[in-house]
Amino acid sequence: MAVATGLYGISFGALAVVAGLTVAQTAVLSLLLFTGGSQFALIGVVAAGGSPVAAVATSTLLGARNMLYGAVVSPLLSLRGWRRAAAAHLTIDESTAVAVGQRTPAAVRAGFWTAGVGVFVLWNAFTLAGALAGDALGDPRAWGLDAAAGAAFLALVWPRLAERRAQVVAGLAVVVTLALVPVAPAGVPVLAAAAVAVVAGAVAPAAPRRTTSEDDR
Amino acid sequence: MTTTMLWITVLLASLASFGLKLAGHLIPEHWLATQRVQRTSTLVTVALLVSLVVVQTFADGALVVVDARVPALAVAAVALALRAPFIVVVVLAAAAAAGLRALGWG
Repeated sequence: MAVATGLYGISFGALAVVAGLTVAQTAVLSLLLFTGGSQFALIGVVAAGGSPVAAVATSTLLGARNMLYGAVVSPLLSLRGWRRAAAAHLTIDESTAVAVGQRTPAAVRAGFWTAGVGVFVLWNAFTLAGALAGDALGDPRAWGLDAAAGAAFLALVWPRLAERRAQVVAGLAVVVTLALVPVAPAGVPVLAAAAVAVVAGAVAPAAPRRTTSEDDR
Repeated sequence: MTTTMLWITVLLASLASFGLKLAGHLIPEHWLATQRVQRTSTLVTVALLVSLVVVQTFADGALVVVDARVPALAVAAVALALRAPFIVVVVLAAAAAAGLRALGWG
């Protein structure tokens, strides 16, 4: 997990700078937003020329699953005050997955904090390294970095495409996005695809219960 | 976006992210533990990521174009099907696009 987080952080740092963020903005994003998928989404909308509203909305929607994770781990950790706030900040795919995988309350707490703090330190260190490297590269297109962004999103969604329902929504998202890119402001096609998913989730018949989703970094 | 607008974007998104995480810790678990909420959350994540793949690969401003990014995405898909790690997928895609452009296409 440590190696994966480090390399993922380097990719994010380099692509954020290519998208037009400064090195400082990239570092602050990893410190304060601290959710890989949402951070990639934000720079994706910025790179496409989207508005601040579209960038914040896309990033926030993609981070909504962290709220579900919080509801799962909060009763397991039973914290108060600043510790609860710190735990909330560290509530991401990895820390949740490790915490819910433990058998005893002590192991849950140890797993959550170890994974959360570990990923936080590595993610921020490697984001900075990637941002500095991206800053030094020059023309991003000559290095194929614009294509790397699409590949990064594909890698993030790949493990989530196993279910039939997810595949149908993925197909709808492709159609909606391609249809809207020529006519809607940048950033709007992505939000429209999310709206289609909300409708699909509301009307689709029930399926076997799933717990937390797969690792995203 | 200007640097100031980017800072506002970065800080607002960070605030929203923390707000969601904290809300998850503060509200009763059973409010969010319904199957419909879980399912919708999973599907929204899929739709957003797939849409971002499409935008990053086919959009050039308001134009839909086919250039070196498309074969690069195909290379990434093959790498993922072969269970390559994240960084290998990203680097192979970048190398494919860079290689095609060095040859004068896309």
